[in-house]
Amino acid sequence: MTAVRPSLPESIRAALAGKLSPVAERWKSFSQTRFGSVVARAFSTNAAWILLLLVVLMWLFNFLAPGKFLTEFNVRTMAVNVAVLLVIAVGETFVMATGGIDLSVGYVMLFAGVTSAQTMNWGGRNPTDSGWDVVLLGLAVALGSGLAWGILNGILVAKAKVPALIATLGTLGMSWGFAEILSNGQDIRYIPSIIGDMGSARYFFDKIPLVVIVASIVAIAGAVVLSFTKFGRYTLAIGSNQEAARRAGINVDWHLIKVYAMSGTLAGFAAFMSLAIFTTTTISGHANDNLQAIAAVVIGGTSLVGGVASVAGTTVGVCIPMVLFSGFTILGYQSFWRDVAVGAVLILAVYTDQLRRRRRERR
Amino acid sequence: MADPLLQARGIVKSYGHVEALRGCDFDVYPNEIVALIGDNGAGKSTLIKILAGSEQADEGEIFLEGRRIHVGSPFEAMELGIETVYQDLALAPDLDGSANLYLGREIMMPGVLGTLGFLDNKAMRVGARKAFGELGVDLQNAKSAVANLSGGQRQSVAVARSVAWANKVVFLDEPTAALGVVQTARVLETVKRIRDRGVAAVLISHNMRQVLEIADRIEVLRLGRRVARFDAKDATIELLVSAMTVGVAEEGAA
Repeated sequence: MTAVRPSLPESIRAALAGKLSPVAERWKSFSQTRFGSVVARAFSTNAAWILLLLVVLMWLFNFLAPGKFLTEFNVRTMAVNVAVLLVIAVGETFVMATGGIDLSVGYVMLFAGVTSAQTMNWGGRNPTDSGWDVVLLGLAVALGSGLAWGILNGILVAKAKVPALIATLGTLGMSWGFAEILSNGQDIRYIPSIIGDMGSARYFFDKIPLVVIVASIVAIAGAVVLSFTKFGRYTLAIGSNQEAARRAGINVDWHLIKVYAMSGTLAGFAAFMSLAIFTTTTISGHANDNLQAIAAVVIGGTSLVGGVASVAGTTVGVCIPMVLFSGFTILGYQSFWRDVAVGAVLILAVYTDQLRRRRRERR
Repeated sequence: MADPLLQARGIVKSYGHVEALRGCDFDVYPNEIVALIGDNGAGKSTLIKILAGSEQADEGEIFLEGRRIHVGSPFEAMELGIETVYQDLALAPDLDGSANLYLGREIMMPGVLGTLGFLDNKAMRVGARKAFGELGVDLQNAKSAVANLSGGQRQSVAVARSVAWANKVVFLDEPTAALGVVQTARVLETVKRIRDRGVAAVLISHNMRQVLEIADRIEVLRLGRRVARFDAKDATIELLVSAMTVGVAEEGAA
């Protein structure tokens, strides 16, 4: 009855098909090779696209500001600024992989930094010349503080069944308040010089900062644990279908507590790294750490509903806001353009994730 | 007849004011397919959940091979050799078939790596291919997430998962509800294979034709009690329907 009108004239379509089909053919045969199937699979995830975006952005800024953006100094500065955030984002990746969220990380980090610094300043003494015993004690207190808040988050979420958004919003406020109370809102500026030296140390021909190496190790370890161990498998299984995990005999509550405890402990470790870099507690500097970490995780392709997560993606997701910030600053734009751009990238990341899910469900 | 493998006696379960089971009995004999039928709300799913450990009975006793058992959790049921294929497919959709098959029972790497928690994905994939092969399921892409599979393949993964681990009883709650003709035949074939391996299969189904075709015995629930038991060869659809809707005063009298 109704004549089907071709959307493109037949001749043009045929010509297009003729032009495109060799490309499509080549892609098809390529995607069947061993390497090709890896590439094809990689581009079915967000991580690869986001990495492409990062490379394009870096190329673009380097093109617009030649000799200014991709300098050794600027790259190193960006890497140091990203290191602390990467460590808490790795923990956040695991939390979000379970389908949860940890809003408290930035302020738990602040709390851990304050308790650690105060312990090292115990009795009003100046710890600048302290030895390794004091440094290790400070590290232990930072890790312990983070662990304690993490366990509390985990118990609230897993046992008390308080939704993660609210539980960690609550501990956000509490850890923030305690940090301010303990420190009277004053930054603690005396940190053992050993710690400060670690913060400025560089290795590999004096090129790569120690904090960047340490953050990379944390990220690689996180990626390995998520992909190759039982802990990672259970984390994804719980995020994918908590009831299925429970029925399979996994102790879901205990596992959730462990995941939140890990996130808290990493926040404590990040606090120690922050002390090393800035040699002060930087009380006012953590207002957005939690949201930045969550944005990085989501940009990196970790699903908001859990079950799908990638530490590699998170690593790229941490870098993109930094590259935007640095790029805009070098080009002389207001750095707030970064926030605009990050917001847009965030929405795009979640939108493409939704698209993929819908396509999958239609099958 | 041999002694029952699994027995439930006087199971009572209420949800608030709703009595789902009111003194329900149930028997499973070794090497049989027993169909559990009943109208909606008769208590089939509740009974299965209690026997599989995901719900606790308010009253009543459960015996396995004559021994009284307490099934406090699905995990305890599994340890007793009782597995369940749930109506709502208890799979993790984002994980692949082999990860789902081995979920909760992962094969670890040998040696130190295993102690550190590293998975032996290769061994699990080999095991999965074998388990799926036994069911005639061909998962073309073993690394593909279960969510990417068709409904039938997903059901096959769920069935394979239970069959692979059960050594006493497998419960199947409407295993073919969402399936096409070919897949249904395949799942039913699997249920027969379960029995031939010496494991009892309990099948919940609304499809009377299917029940008569595959089951050795049929037990009928009505309003939270067992009201009838049939040998499949003596049963007809009319008999089953009348037992489900009107009830038969067989219990106690027999």
